[in-house]
Amino acid sequence: MFENLTDRLERSFKILKGEGKITEINVAETVKDIRKALIEADVNYKVAKSFTDDIKRKALGMNVLTAVKPGQLMVKLVHDELAALMGGKAEDIDLSGNPSVILIAGLQGSGKTTFSAKLANYLKSKKGKHPMLVAGDVYRPAAIEQLKVLGEQINVPVFTIPDSKDPVSIAKDAIKEAKKNGQDVVIIDTAGRLAIDEEMMKEVESIKKAVSPNEILFVVDSMTGQDAVNTAKEFNDRLDFNGVVLTKLDGDTRGGAALSIRAVVDKPIKFVSTGEKMETLDVFHPDRMADRILGMGDIVSLVEKA
Amino acid sequence: AKTKENLFKRISRAVAGKTKVDDDVLDDLEESLISADVGVETTLRIIERIQKRAKEEKYLNTSELNNILKSEILSMLAENTAPESKDPVQATKPYVIMVVGVNGVGKTTTIGKLAYMFKNQGKKVLLGAADTFRAAAVDQLTIWAERVDVPIVKQQMGADPASVAFDTLKSAVSNDIDVVIIDTAGRLHNKVNLMNELSKIRRVMQKLLPDAPHEVLLVLDGSTGQNAFMQAKEFTSATDVTAMALTKLDGTAKGGVVLGISDQFKIPVKYIGVGEKMTDLKIFDRTEFVESLFRNV
Ligand SMILES: Nc1nc2c(ncn2[C@@H]2O[C@H](COP(=O)(O)OP(=O)(O)OP(=O)(O)O)[C@@H](O)[C@H]2O)c(=O)[nH]1
Ligand SMILES: Nc1nc2c(ncn2[C@@H]2O[C@H](COP(=O)(O)OP(=O)(O)OP(=O)(O)O)[C@@H](O)[C@H]2O)c(=O)[nH]1
Ligand SMILES: [Mg+2]
Ligand SMILES: [Mg+2]
Repeated sequence: MFENLTDRLERSFKILKGEGKITEINVAETVKDIRKALIEADVNYKVAKSFTDDIKRKALGMNVLTAVKPGQLMVKLVHDELAALMGGKAEDIDLSGNPSVILIAGLQGSGKTTFSAKLANYLKSKKGKHPMLVAGDVYRPAAIEQLKVLGEQINVPVFTIPDSKDPVSIAKDAIKEAKKNGQDVVIIDTAGRLAIDEEMMKEVESIKKAVSPNEILFVVDSMTGQDAVNTAKEFNDRLDFNGVVLTKLDGDTRGGAALSIRAVVDKPIKFVSTGEKMETLDVFHPDRMADRILGMGDIVSLVEKA
Repeated sequence: AKTKENLFKRISRAVAGKTKVDDDVLDDLEESLISADVGVETTLRIIERIQKRAKEEKYLNTSELNNILKSEILSMLAENTAPESKDPVQATKPYVIMVVGVNGVGKTTTIGKLAYMFKNQGKKVLLGAADTFRAAAVDQLTIWAERVDVPIVKQQMGADPASVAFDTLKSAVSNDIDVVIIDTAGRLHNKVNLMNELSKIRRVMQKLLPDAPHEVLLVLDGSTGQNAFMQAKEFTSATDVTAMALTKLDGTAKGGVVLGISDQFKIPVKYIGVGEKMTDLKIFDRTEFVESLFRNV
């Protein structure tokens, strides 16, 4: 059931073996297998379709390279295209504000609060910044307490207004407070919300309007399936976010959502979160993600040596 | 653009009176199942079964075809194997439910909702705060206990979760409790140590009540894709999962991955979560779920 693409393409290699060049028919076969593998890795159905249509076109255009084994050529082509699609120029986060305001948003349970604290920790320890965390989730039971505990662990102040039910004024007051105390980055944690929850989407739009963030980051669970595109598109339409954070990559998910989101909103993936501890934050490597989606550890380097 | 017409209708129209289901329709079916996270393998299996039956049972009319599609999918959803005649929660006292799952799927919230449901049935409920790891996890469950107005057993953060579970059971026995619900920390199924910890919690509870936990509820996030298979596999092998709860179905995700999981592991889906309030828990309705897979495709 969990046959990965390596196995699949090895099977396809057999189909292709002996054929000096890639013909339309065996490209079509291989492309079908690749599409299946992408969908099993949770790449969105439509995204997988258009991605593999492109691959097919490119593969056929590579007829000239008859010297290279066609199956291996296909693997490399797919891998490189995946990495290119998810990569591009690595963009840092904008820390030019005074203070710089970073707004965190996403679905329930995606890892926003944990990431907010990790980001504060990273900016503090790696960038010499003086961040402040803002408890802008006034709904989830013990959300404020959770952020406070994390803030204590990393020794970063957490701004709260205990009985307030108004995240907009919490965010505004936090920025005033940060200015007063010389904190140069303000990270605003928000409540989880569904993209179809009109009231809650309006709320996060109002926070954006009130504080004009330097950076809005959309946090998404890397285990998300086909729905990732709907959610990402809706959050992007509402917030025009600057980047994506992929969480829970310490699991064994293929993480096809990364490709889907990139294809649909064309915003860079800026960070990956790989654990519950505060240090488990990484920058995004498109190459590794391509390998992961394809479920093919070392095959690409093998191909490159061949 | 494709119309938003109900898939069942589209399929029916396209195949009425034919012995072969036409390819366009199967493509549509494939797309809607996959978009609902049903997965490639399961989708292909469903399509094959439809084709086979369409061939065998000639002269299909519209409603027959609808029924075939629905019944094929329904047959994949394991039924609750508990004897329907007798409420298992009534039969065993205390009835112990251990709630498990990966991080952030909705375990603690589901526990709050279950406590509310059982309490409304007139049962005495007790919660056990065995997530002693995640920041403010105990506070979160405590707020739920207050909201629903049920007692809770807890220790300090960092305490041994098995010891919290044990304490909870002890308190349940001496306080004539009907239902005990144990919260556990979220853990990714590929972390061996954390999975072993679950087996330990189970073992320690059995020192007091040999047949506990009577139910191991695996919570799956409805927006999770194919990784849910791995979750079901690993949690089942660590803790003998007996039922599933599927959360966050108030969003646009369909949770179709449970079809294949329920079929393969023979675990019934018992509850669905449709919101963040304590009233947002529903008993899983197989027919309604199958219908919902094709809504707005
Ligand atoms: N294994 C793992 N767990 C993570 C990661 N990021 C977050 N978590 C866990 O996922 C769960 C949810 O994380 P939170 O930070 O509370 O998520 P949230 O988006 O703030 O949740 P809401 O505020 O309820 O919407 C917690 O158990 C976290 O410890 C990660 O990268 N890896
Ligand atoms: N929309 C919606 N949100 C839900 C549902 N169930 C839970 N949530 C939200 O999802 C987030 C995570 O829920 P928790 O109950 O904390 O999840 P958990 O599995 O206990 O998380 P950890 O203990 O950190 O692993 C919270 O913001 C909940 O309010 C649901 O059915 N619908
Ligand atoms: Mg949060
Ligand atoms: Mg919890």
